[in-house]
Amino acid sequence: MEFDTGAPIWGQLVTEFSRRIVTGEWAAGSRIPGVRELASELGVNPNTVQRALAELERRGLCRSERTAGRFVTSDEERIDAIRAELAHVAADDFIRRARGLGMRPAQALHLIEERWTHGDHTPADGARGGHDDV
Amino acid sequence: MATTPLPMAPEEATMTSEHALVSVRGLTVRYGTRTALDDLDLELPAGRIIGLLGENGCGKSTLLKTLAGLYADYTGEVRVGGHAPGPRSKALVSYLPDRSSLPDHVRVRYCLDLFSDMFADFDTAKAREMIAGFGLDESMRLKEMSKGMREKVQVSLAMARRARVFLLDEPISGVDPAARDGILDRILGNLEPGSSLLVATHLVHDLETTLDSVVIMRHGKVLLEGEVDDLRAEHGSSLDQIFRKVYRS
Repeated sequence: MEFDTGAPIWGQLVTEFSRRIVTGEWAAGSRIPGVRELASELGVNPNTVQRALAELERRGLCRSERTAGRFVTSDEERIDAIRAELAHVAADDFIRRARGLGMRPAQALHLIEERWTHGDHTPADGARGGHDDV
Repeated sequence: MATTPLPMAPEEATMTSEHALVSVRGLTVRYGTRTALDDLDLELPAGRIIGLLGENGCGKSTLLKTLAGLYADYTGEVRVGGHAPGPRSKALVSYLPDRSSLPDHVRVRYCLDLFSDMFADFDTAKAREMIAGFGLDESMRLKEMSKGMREKVQVSLAMARRARVFLLDEPISGVDPAARDGILDRILGNLEPGSSLLVATHLVHDLETTLDSVVIMRHGKVLLEGEVDDLRAEHGSSLDQIFRKVYRS
């Protein structure tokens, strides 16, 4: 994963880990990899991973079990809520850009319908969102 | 570039504060008329990866040498794991100098024996594993090696000690950019959770995502220090850009 080094890394990890949960890459109720394993996979500092996981826990997306490790919540409603939150962020991004191009709502909606089945829209990019490097 | 992360709780920003593993107060070092360290204060907690940044001659190497207990001609207070520099602090510190102190003609195997004799906490198996992981042969002589290969040997030796504090002076500067990530991964992968790593470097960009905190030095003083993610949030820019900015002002 590429990081935007101009913004706190831990916040980007929260977004990435949330994405993994809502897409089922980390299935509901499953064990989350260890801090050091994630740090090494992502090339970031273990304390930064720890901080992101603590935030994930605060949001009710995972829970710690003293000896067994960390687990994704089994609460599907909670996961749905976070999915909606991530989708809002992605939609707001799109709307901001569409408005920046002077588009009207009807035009933007039409564009989404038209493009939905065209081009390479890998799900991960959509969920990740937020990079203005166009 | 800008990101749109989910809304954050700012109070999560503080980590649990550990007792300082390294503590320096009013540290001054003079080389003749030149002041290398000028009334420097510094506290480093345990379990952290800390970048020590600054231009050549700003005092980085002198600070590391003093913490390593190799430079006794200073004024001020220095404590490593609660001990003043001496045999007890040295037992806790693994120091990788910017220039090799290993003899040129010896083989890697000899270096392993040497470290095993010198340091009670040296884990020979771990060092051999790292050296093999770098694709190096223990039967090679140091003088037959490139600068990058020698740095890999030295990193392996330094990181194979079960030390509390690792002091690395420009550990990846002689390595080509493509190989730097691999060395950094191994350095970090071999760092025990309770140990701290203080790494002096001018390659800010390569360490951007791996540092917890940073100490930027200039003219023997600390110019700026802080948690890297907090500095990013505050300045809205990367550590690399922050470093350039504070140095320009």
